[in-house]
Amino acid sequence: MVVFEKPHALTDVPLHYCPGCTHGIVHRLVAEVIDELGIEGKTIGIAPVGCSVMAYNYFNCDMIEAAHGRAPAVATGVKRANPENIVFTYQGDGDLASIGMAETVHSAARNENITIIFINNAIYGMTGGQMAPTSLPGQITQTSPYGRDTNHCGFPIKVCEMLAQVDGAQYLERVAVNNVKNVKNAKKAIKKAFQNQVEGKGFSLVEVISTCPTNWGLTPKKALEWVDEKMIPYYPLGVYKDNTAEKEAE
Amino acid sequence: MAKLTFKTDKCKGCGLCVDVCPKKVLTLATDKINAKGHHPVEAVNEEACIACAFCATMCPDCIIKVER
Amino acid sequence: MADKVLMKGNEAIAEAAIIAGCRHYFGYPITPQTEIAAYMAKRMPKIGGCFLQAESEIAAINMVYGVASTGLRVMTSSSSPGISLKGEGLSYLAGADLPSLVINVQRGGPGLGGIQPSQSDYFQATKAGGHGDFRMLVLAPSSVQEMADLTVKGFELADKYRMTSMILADGTMGQMMEPVSLEYDIKPMPEKPWATTGTKMEREHNIVNSLFLQPDALEKSNLERFERYKYIEENEVMYEEYMMDDAEICIAAFGIAARVAKNAIVEARNKGIKVGMIRPITLWPFPTKAFEAAAEKAHTFISVELSMGQMLEDVKLATKCKGEYMLCSRVGGMIPSPEEVLAAIEKANGGAK
Repeated sequence: MVVFEKPHALTDVPLHYCPGCTHGIVHRLVAEVIDELGIEGKTIGIAPVGCSVMAYNYFNCDMIEAAHGRAPAVATGVKRANPENIVFTYQGDGDLASIGMAETVHSAARNENITIIFINNAIYGMTGGQMAPTSLPGQITQTSPYGRDTNHCGFPIKVCEMLAQVDGAQYLERVAVNNVKNVKNAKKAIKKAFQNQVEGKGFSLVEVISTCPTNWGLTPKKALEWVDEKMIPYYPLGVYKDNTAEKEAE
Repeated sequence: MAKLTFKTDKCKGCGLCVDVCPKKVLTLATDKINAKGHHPVEAVNEEACIACAFCATMCPDCIIKVER
Repeated sequence: MADKVLMKGNEAIAEAAIIAGCRHYFGYPITPQTEIAAYMAKRMPKIGGCFLQAESEIAAINMVYGVASTGLRVMTSSSSPGISLKGEGLSYLAGADLPSLVINVQRGGPGLGGIQPSQSDYFQATKAGGHGDFRMLVLAPSSVQEMADLTVKGFELADKYRMTSMILADGTMGQMMEPVSLEYDIKPMPEKPWATTGTKMEREHNIVNSLFLQPDALEKSNLERFERYKYIEENEVMYEEYMMDDAEICIAAFGIAARVAKNAIVEARNKGIKVGMIRPITLWPFPTKAFEAAAEKAHTFISVELSMGQMLEDVKLATKCKGEYMLCSRVGGMIPSPEEVLAAIEKANGGAK
């Protein structure tokens, strides 16, 4: 009996991510959910600019590569064109919370019936480890070599907390993928975020605290620990908004 | 008995599976180098495997198949 | 004869787009093209279409990118500063070979500029819509009827060549009211097997993408695109010749400038001056051969423009700088008067007699 194997929605293309980078875990969870909901044939994924720019090679569903930060706008177009399609974006912190902040907030405000998978690893990975909108206070990066000085360049943005204030947003949860328990919870959240769309329940975003061993300067194992020690205290896990239960009661 | 299958050539040798295994079934084969140039994972103690699939759960590259 | 209705240029564009099968419009408010959005906001919900006011021009063009990826006809409209913001999306649309229709109802620039008519986005439209090697089909209407006709044509060309068609109008054309006939024989859209509409588990996944990390692959995609452009240059040029048979002076003008120039040409002809006009309808592809032929007979070319001579450069290139050249232009929202154009013609003819 097969206990575990690669989901169908994930292609056989080797992932280009660095060893130990948890992007791959999140990709697999998304693919497992697509398999379990039986929606691969009608799902359209939108890849961002950033480390996951080549996500279009890794999912077997139709894929679109968007300009930096614009994935929610592209998703809006796709969903408005074909509402029966299941449309998800997969975006990093620079893409979603910096250059694409307007697209993020307004797609939530419009309650677009889409699913956003938001990878928060507190760094710009693809360009070599610059300060991200979610880099922690004091965090050393290539462009904050003395540590992020909040007097000089401000504070990290807490996306789930912020979007919880937007009426249009229906489901917001922050999860992590740094241990087996957290991965299982992340899968549940991602599944709910897709299920919501299938049921027409509206804008769902799952923020996934992920690792960047290379640019954090840590081994893959230490990077998982750093999530517990540094990231989760600043970015507490949990459900920040869930209007979908109410909708069921209606 | 549990059976583990690895897509060895896709392994990046990150070791997350090795660390998470509760039965110490896995190790990175320091005497081997795969096509990607990494020391790939291998099972050194497969009979102890309980098919919990923790290794596959934490593998970022989805290279592990677990059967029971 | 088909019934005609009195319409504003901006409204004619909107209605023609709907007739052409466009059911998705995204835009952001900016003067002087707002009537297009307002018209779409009223009409789209009644015909099962989608009008959506985006949070920015950037978001609007990326919503266009999303719909275009699904293979449906889609458009956005804006005016000069907003088109600058759309530049990113225009480049991505080109890189991903997606069809779309973009309207630029130009106003004076640079910067925030003014809200009065201009043609100073000629360079931007024909040469530098965004980063990278790419072209857009640039259509320049000179009447409300052409606003509508070129909108339909723009969609057809966009689908045929998988690229963006841009209607390069101006504030005057947008606000002008004229009788229009809106009877079109709309051809069915070509098949779009590349569209991302879901695999239905029946085919390999489609990928809409402009990223090529391998330089040889990127070069190949550019070369293929330019093969298409070459074909377009040979097959899709549109222009109008006016009194060119014996013309010794050739005016180059498009859009509103061409209407002004026509009045001046009539006056000049009354004075016995052999002047005519070539009015490009496609600014890209530019009617190079028409100008080249004109240079056999005409000694002077006068570019009448609402810009500092942006099109004049293309006239010089087309005629290989064989003639004399003059610029007759007003900018910043000003429009040259027929008298100013006539004065330029007389000057080219050796001065007023």
